[in-house]
Amino acid sequence: MVLKDLFKKPQNKLEGETTEIKIPDELCCKCPSCGQMVLLCDLKENLQVCPYCSHHFPLGARERTGVACDEGSFEELFAGLRSKNPLSFPGYEEKLAAAIKKSGEDEAVICGKGRIGGMDAALFAMDGNFMMGSMGIVVGEKITMLFEYAAEKGLPVVSFCVSGGARMQEGIFSLMQMAKTSAAVRKHGEGGGFYISVLTNPTTGGVTASFAMEGDIIISEPGALIGFAGPRVIEQTIRQKLPDGFQRAEFLLEKGFLDDIVDRRKMADYLGRLLFLHKR
Amino acid sequence: MAAYEKVSLARHKDRAGTTDYIGKIFTHFVELHGDRRFCDDKAVTGGIALLFDIPVTVVGIERGKDLSERVKKNFGCAHPEGYRKAIRLFKQAEKFGRPVICFVDTPGAYPGIGAEERGQGQAIAESITEMLSLKVPTVSIITGEGGSGGALALAAADEVWMLENAIYSVISPEGCASILWKDATKAKEAAECLKLTAQDLYSFGVVDRVFSEDKDFDALCEEIKGALLEAVREKAALPKEELLDRRYQKFRRIGREFL
Ligand SMILES: [Zn+2]
Repeated sequence: MVLKDLFKKPQNKLEGETTEIKIPDELCCKCPSCGQMVLLCDLKENLQVCPYCSHHFPLGARERTGVACDEGSFEELFAGLRSKNPLSFPGYEEKLAAAIKKSGEDEAVICGKGRIGGMDAALFAMDGNFMMGSMGIVVGEKITMLFEYAAEKGLPVVSFCVSGGARMQEGIFSLMQMAKTSAAVRKHGEGGGFYISVLTNPTTGGVTASFAMEGDIIISEPGALIGFAGPRVIEQTIRQKLPDGFQRAEFLLEKGFLDDIVDRRKMADYLGRLLFLHKR
Repeated sequence: MAAYEKVSLARHKDRAGTTDYIGKIFTHFVELHGDRRFCDDKAVTGGIALLFDIPVTVVGIERGKDLSERVKKNFGCAHPEGYRKAIRLFKQAEKFGRPVICFVDTPGAYPGIGAEERGQGQAIAESITEMLSLKVPTVSIITGEGGSGGALALAAADEVWMLENAIYSVISPEGCASILWKDATKAKEAAECLKLTAQDLYSFGVVDRVFSEDKDFDALCEEIKGALLEAVREKAALPKEELLDRRYQKFRRIGREFL
């Protein structure tokens, strides 16, 4: 019997008396939503979605493109660009080095082209492990280049956002990325280009106030926090606690800011269908 | 001058606001209200006026003078309706071929329940995109505080100008200090690090022109008025395609040297 089978939820109620089984920490994690212990291998097989409650765990950019694209079809573009320290902001270089180490990526976004449900698309995925997916010059530039590339090749764009917002350490330059990327989205769209924006947990700040909210179709993973101001800033400003579910995907759908909420396990299929409907 | 002194000057309670500039620079101003969707956000003032003999659309965010005005204007923090009012006036300007002049003085877009519920991020994104696509000349002047996305929403223009003692930043120095060092009292240090003065931004190529404030308000407005006429004339003479392409390249270029 493999270890995985040992910890499966007991089928038989009588056997369900919970005997505390110690699973080595490195093999499992506790679902922050339902509290169940989930084996990491099960989680991986389930695209990092809790098999008990469907809580969507974070996904790195590399895993994301892997999940979204038809097997082996993703080809990375504009790889290897790394950020400099335009303002000589104290401590920024150390933070970048730590982020590169932590995420295994050069920056907080990876771009490329691939096939989704058999349809060609340009796509990018942000990485929350890289300084919370914040946007500086390099992130903005890569995204801009991708929209320009897609416009030139007549490809649709699919984006997967996860971001804490602007990269503070790059000051005004990070703010300017909002204008630069928005201009590129607009140009791509003007030529009839189709853009699907997929929001994941969390998408906030300058990313929400630019390309994340500029999709022809905007969808989200379940439970994702989506907003301009972060909940903590709002609570400090209004001096009251925010209601449960505030700024979550379900709330945004209700308020009319999302086209739909799509489970990660159905995402590739959903995107493929939309891309097919926009075939040029 | 230390960066934080500039921050204090930019936020000074007696600093001129959009209404003051409109009164001195333009004539025949007709104020227009409302976003036609939800309400009239008083943090954003907008309307039509004459710049010399040219009809222009003017939109500005301002804090207000005394306390009651400040409360009405939510201390210069716009809600989505403010940006949607701006968008409405931008579209109207384009329809009638009027250049758009924006004045910006805001600590930032308002972080509140209603603002989020009604899509603050979406409203700002749309305002930025709308500005970038306008087929009429656009000039934005940051007169006081240019607070983050809430300021950029009215500053995605052909020309972005600043007053000598204005600031423009991705985050307030207080916010930056409290996030980075968990200490909002280190705002002075943060202000230095953020390089948010008009002089810094001019050197980065983010801002195209800085107006010195070593003169009285009338003289300053005369100077701005002359500069606006020149800019508007020059841009109105361009073919639309080129106007839009130049605007695209302007934002495309910023920060390139750090790639
Ligand atoms: Zn769970």
